[in-house]
Amino acid sequence: MKTWVWAWHFLWSRPLNAALNVLLLGLGLGSITFLLLVGHQISRAFERDLAGIDLVVGAKGSPMQLILSGVLHIDVPTGNVPLKAVQALAKNPLVASLIPISLGDNFQAYRIVGTSPAYISHYGATLAQGQAWSEPMQVVLGATVARHLGLQLGQRFVGSHGLGGGGHAHGDNPYTVVGILAPSASVLDRLILTDTASVWKVHEDYTAVDDDDRAVMADEREVTLALLSYKTPLAAVSLPRYVNTSTEMQAAAPALEISRLLHMLGLGTDVLRAFTAVLLLTAALSVFIALWSSLRERRADLALLRMLGATPAKLAALLLCEALWLGLLASLLGLALGQGFAAALGWFLQLDSSLLLGGLSWPAELVWVPALALAVSLGAALLPALGAYRVSVLELLQTR
Amino acid sequence: MIRSQGLSYRYPQGPALNFPDVEVAQGAVLLLSGPSGCGKSTWLALAAGLMAPSAGALAVAGRSLNAIKSVAADAWRARAIGYLPQKLHLSAALTVQQNLAMAQWAGGQPEDRTRIGAALQALGVQALAQRKPGQLSGGQAQRVALARAVLLQPQVLLADEPTASLDDEAAADAVGLLLHTAGQHGATLVIATHDARVAQLIPAGVDGKNGFQSLRLLHRRLLIDEHADGVGKPAHEGGTP
Repeated sequence: MKTWVWAWHFLWSRPLNAALNVLLLGLGLGSITFLLLVGHQISRAFERDLAGIDLVVGAKGSPMQLILSGVLHIDVPTGNVPLKAVQALAKNPLVASLIPISLGDNFQAYRIVGTSPAYISHYGATLAQGQAWSEPMQVVLGATVARHLGLQLGQRFVGSHGLGGGGHAHGDNPYTVVGILAPSASVLDRLILTDTASVWKVHEDYTAVDDDDRAVMADEREVTLALLSYKTPLAAVSLPRYVNTSTEMQAAAPALEISRLLHMLGLGTDVLRAFTAVLLLTAALSVFIALWSSLRERRADLALLRMLGATPAKLAALLLCEALWLGLLASLLGLALGQGFAAALGWFLQLDSSLLLGGLSWPAELVWVPALALAVSLGAALLPALGAYRVSVLELLQTR
Repeated sequence: MIRSQGLSYRYPQGPALNFPDVEVAQGAVLLLSGPSGCGKSTWLALAAGLMAPSAGALAVAGRSLNAIKSVAADAWRARAIGYLPQKLHLSAALTVQQNLAMAQWAGGQPEDRTRIGAALQALGVQALAQRKPGQLSGGQAQRVALARAVLLQPQVLLADEPTASLDDEAAADAVGLLLHTAGQHGATLVIATHDARVAQLIPAGVDGKNGFQSLRLLHRRLLIDEHADGVGKPAHEGGTP
């Protein structure tokens, strides 16, 4: 048998000890896996959903809230802005394209978003079934929505007021499903898309008391926000300032806000990282103690192996292989735990449908987990291995 | 064979141990007796090439051990020396067969189950091959340890206190087994013991046939006492063949 096979036998000669060490090291590595996965998944989601959006314009308030509500759809919007102001902005020579977004209703907690077909093409999404809306009250379902709700083409449903579930149902104005998007791995997957006019119709019908009232509302129509792309990079300098100072709207640059958000998240992850470092240090210490006590217990056995012809290097290799087994098993456990933690968090926060956090993913950064495991276990095994290297056979001979 | 002349070993913090000269033919028996602490283990370690003598000459199994390098000594020991410790040190995590396979691994040999089976069979414990040491009686465990000691066909078999804690009958069995096994392999047998019964347990025939020697080492403290008294006798007395 090879050295690594003997090491496996010796590792499991004390099963409880070995299992506890694997568990302890695995927990530390699981935390690191979790941090890497969450960081990776969040930045991927940001990159994916923010791509091509240079500026978000909406009601004054928190710029980050504007981005989170209007682009990532994980927060409530800051308010509404006049349609006329947005239309005027669309004509600004610095603006290449503008996509209006109107929020306010949901169907079973999935947001109904009033927008233009440009919103679909912006994310490169394609229709799996049906077609895009051609008139108000027709909807196109995101892939996740269609899968979770089981809605088919031609089915009708009524939206509820508000962005979460349980609001007042707009029973007079049912929507009809005319299209279902293919999965696009973007925010569109979990949205119900319709024409902006649908949102106006639902709410005007709900609140208007007569035709005059309806006419006033039509004149004062609003959207929640608008997603802009610049015609020229120079627009990044002047357009936000223009919007913020010369209009009643607020402009927020996604790149800036997300980097601020990541910085804030970073402070949190720093604390987690420090905690993980302590956990890993504890695990390293535990591995060291386990190997050291194993060395002490087996010193005479090792000395006997020397007597039987084993070189000091062979004995040291035996200890190092034991540590490598620990590291390998802990890596597997850590990776499984990390993936499990990330999936559980996604489920717990109900963000899985937002694709911010989800199930299995294997970013390249995860290679650090086994690397760290091996480094920790080998580092912890150095002294015991040296002890095995220097084991005194005379000690064995004098043992009575 | 084993040959030593003017052999001496000095521990860093202690007095020198001076050993009597000895010459033992291949296949003969050497009884190394004396009280605890008299230097038996040191003599065994020197004979196994685990440390170099401080002075004098020592050759075991045709190899001078005066200037042997550590790595070469390990390889030589695996081939030339079999060792039966007092505490048997059979790994509790491994089966009997695996314990012997581990000896092959330690000696740099590929695992040879046929040879392991033959070694166990020769000692009547082949049926126990798949048992763990914890499931063996004391006598069975000693046989397994002896099978491990002779597995690589050593030229010299070192047995350290093989009769300690054994009653008379078991001690007789143990010595008989050692003599038989060493004889089967044509190995020189060295028994280090403080047990006075062992000398009587070696049959007279062995003495005449193989040149049985008894080497008696005296207690180290005696050396110090003698030096303190200014007696100036040799540190250890050697027994005569």
